[in-house]
Amino acid sequence: MNPHHKAYNPYISPFDPCPPIQTKTYSTPPHLYMGFQPLNLEQFTPAEALRAGTLWKPFFDPYFSPHELAKGGGQS
Amino acid sequence: MWVYEKKLQYPVRVSGCNPMLAKFLIEQYGGADGELAAALRYLNQRYTIPGKVIGLLNDIGTEELAHLEMIATMVYKLTKDATPDQMKAAGLGEHYADHDKALFYHNAAGEPWSAKYIQAKGDPIADLYEDIAAEEKARATYQWIINMSDDPDLNDGLRFLREREIIHSQRFREAVEILKDERDRKVIF
Repeated sequence: MNPHHKAYNPYISPFDPCPPIQTKTYSTPPHLYMGFQPLNLEQFTPAEALRAGTLWKPFFDPYFSPHELAKGGGQS
Repeated sequence: MWVYEKKLQYPVRVSGCNPMLAKFLIEQYGGADGELAAALRYLNQRYTIPGKVIGLLNDIGTEELAHLEMIATMVYKLTKDATPDQMKAAGLGEHYADHDKALFYHNAAGEPWSAKYIQAKGDPIADLYEDIAAEEKARATYQWIINMSDDPDLNDGLRFLREREIIHSQRFREAVEILKDERDRKVIF
């Protein structure tokens, strides 16, 4: 699983009306762990950066829907 | 004063006419955590924040206007060729009755934009913490819209906008650190 996601298992009641989702995930993008940006982080090329939305590789965290991941997407 | 460049910050492509996606996307146009609220919040807070972070609010507030323009383009492209019946089927009948295909500043549930969505507390830390929260909420909104969208071209643009929310949050967090250091320095001298 993407390291920028965390997962937890909510309580499943025997009386839940819908088929239970056993594992729930949430997004934890890299900036949450960065503090003040350190010097000399690795950079994208300018052309790559314009596409990625950031110059800095350690901040890049593309998000894909379950739909896209199931289709083999997520390799951006 | 602003200098306008007649192009979008990131190219907006849409795979098909899909008014229902437009209905969801309008949340980022006129919703509480949308781009309009973000731009107006930051550009207004700039006047009463320490000089070291005025420029940050200025730059990010300006970029939010560029994002607003991208969202507007997405919504327009998703709806411009829809028939009234398609609008109605997508849950946009009420919108069509009031606005035809025109865009309007309301959220996905049709609630008009309100200044109650934003605050300017005059306390730099309180304002920056609100700004960090706003960026994380906008990031989450993009995730939920991507989860509901089956349009790969649209998702590409939405992923770019979500990445920008991450960077903005990072810069606001650094602004808080800068202001904390300022306080320490006064104590030392």
